[in-house]
Amino acid sequence: MKTSIRLRINKSKLVQWVIILLAFACVIPLLAILFYIIKAGITKINWNFLTNIPKPVGEVGGGIANALVGSIIIIGVAAIIAIPLGILSGVYLSENKKSLLAYWCRLCVDVLQGVPSIVIGIVAYFWMVKPLGGFSALSGSVALSIMMLPIVIRSTEETLKLLPDSLREAAFALGIPFHRVILKVIIPCGFSGILSGVMLSIARIAGETAPLLFTAFGNPYLTTNITKPMHSLPLLIFNYATSPYNDWHDLAWGASVILLVFVLVLNIFTKLITQRWKIQL
Amino acid sequence: MSETFKKDAITLNEESLGVIDSKKTAESLSARALKRSGGQIRMEGFFKKMLILMGLIMVILVFGILITLIVESMPSIKVLGMRYLWGRTWDPVQDIYGAFPFLLGTLLTSFLALIISIPFSISVAIFLGEYFPKGWFSSFLKNTVELIAAVPSVIYGFWGLAVLVPIVRTFQSKIGVPPLGVGIFTASLILAVMIIPYAASLGRSVIQMVPSSLKEGAYALGATRWEVIRSVIIPYTKSGLFAGILLSLGRALGETMAVTMVIGNTSHLPTSIFSPGNTMASVIANEFTEADNPIYLSALIELGLVLFLVTTVVNMIGKKVIGRFTNE
Repeated sequence: MKTSIRLRINKSKLVQWVIILLAFACVIPLLAILFYIIKAGITKINWNFLTNIPKPVGEVGGGIANALVGSIIIIGVAAIIAIPLGILSGVYLSENKKSLLAYWCRLCVDVLQGVPSIVIGIVAYFWMVKPLGGFSALSGSVALSIMMLPIVIRSTEETLKLLPDSLREAAFALGIPFHRVILKVIIPCGFSGILSGVMLSIARIAGETAPLLFTAFGNPYLTTNITKPMHSLPLLIFNYATSPYNDWHDLAWGASVILLVFVLVLNIFTKLITQRWKIQL
Repeated sequence: MSETFKKDAITLNEESLGVIDSKKTAESLSARALKRSGGQIRMEGFFKKMLILMGLIMVILVFGILITLIVESMPSIKVLGMRYLWGRTWDPVQDIYGAFPFLLGTLLTSFLALIISIPFSISVAIFLGEYFPKGWFSSFLKNTVELIAAVPSVIYGFWGLAVLVPIVRTFQSKIGVPPLGVGIFTASLILAVMIIPYAASLGRSVIQMVPSSLKEGAYALGATRWEVIRSVIIPYTKSGLFAGILLSLGRALGETMAVTMVIGNTSHLPTSIFSPGNTMASVIANEFTEADNPIYLSALIELGLVLFLVTTVVNMIGKKVIGRFTNE
């Protein structure tokens, strides 16, 4: 009798330790990736690396200026397209909770959130690249903005749901028209939540490669023309990582550090905001 | 008397004239206000219509994606029919398109990744949901696990190529299979890491929802901690954990870049879990820009359509299950 109780207690303790071990084993890959990439890439980063475009194979030096500029432009245009659309759709969903269209809209946002990025790339190819007659940064931005939308919409809707009804009622009681209540009262009150959703979505699209393969395509030269093919950091990493040349691997490691740090800082920053304002995303 | 009265009346009249005057201004003022508020009302109607339009745009967007995929894959559906899904050879040069190697590759990598990741993700969920729900220690683990999902997939791929492939290669030469390094097994390992956070975070939130009265009842009957987990928490949260695993699966099915970089990219039917292969997503990524003939291109798009439908169904089932769990 006593031994059986001891057995059960020991079993319970054993399982607890196994679970703790397994749980902490999950941290190892992330730390390994972080350390390895920073170790391999940090020495490659210097002023020339940031301001030069890649040199042909065999020449020493060269940088990733084209990809840096391209990434900023592509993400910027995507944000300009997706943020107003996303916030307004989120407002619509939080204002009309029960209508039929809201039900379908919510369903579609759920579907969109799960669509593989490569499929969005294909669709953007047929919507933008074919009609425009060639690969362009603009089509890449459209593809990325489609990926941003669900995150922005969800965070806007969830944030606005948390605002007390008395706030809107007070504003309506003052005789303020609907659109001014939304734009001047509701959205400013939920600003931090919406902002964190926007930052999260930017962090997500910053590392997306698959939709850019058939849209922005990549370009070895520096360009700021959004109707022409353009390079971006993840595309450059993919192209150079799968190439056989060591010089190009070095460029890819340096680019990986920049991309990884950018994405992780954005994520941590977002976490701090959401913790401070107690928003559930 | 009467004169003063008259005078008063005159002044009154004058005053009333003044009053009329000010009434006029008031009228014109209120007319202006009316006009402005008319503008406001129009603006309000316009704004409401715009919001509805935004909602419509989202619906149109998703149906547009579906319709575009169907229309563009029509040539291959017409020419190849159902044969397409079961054909075992993919040879664009000779115009033979059979997607079975890619379907098998996707299924193999996704399920292998799930099997590898489930013990870890459920452990994280139990650890954060039951053993240590509060404190900096658990919030550190929670945030770190969530950051796993934030790392771009191309970086996983690059790291896998540089670190994991050599490790797998030595492992393969030890157990006596051709030491290629790249292949379905390597891709599954990378995928397993990438999908841990999805099942873990959902699992954590459902485990925290277990009513404490149930757990306390079990403890009062003399159950140990493990027995409470096994016979109270896991049965209670079964559907929620299942939903989390489905969301992980949906993620694994559509993952492109990391898999493309380490899977080896051959269109042959994989013979074992160590052989190189291709998934649906990786073959699209590799061959889409090279597809020169219309049937080839539309065969690739049909793969995209299959991928879209499968991930949507998996995600929707997951969402339905979790919705039912939270409503109960």
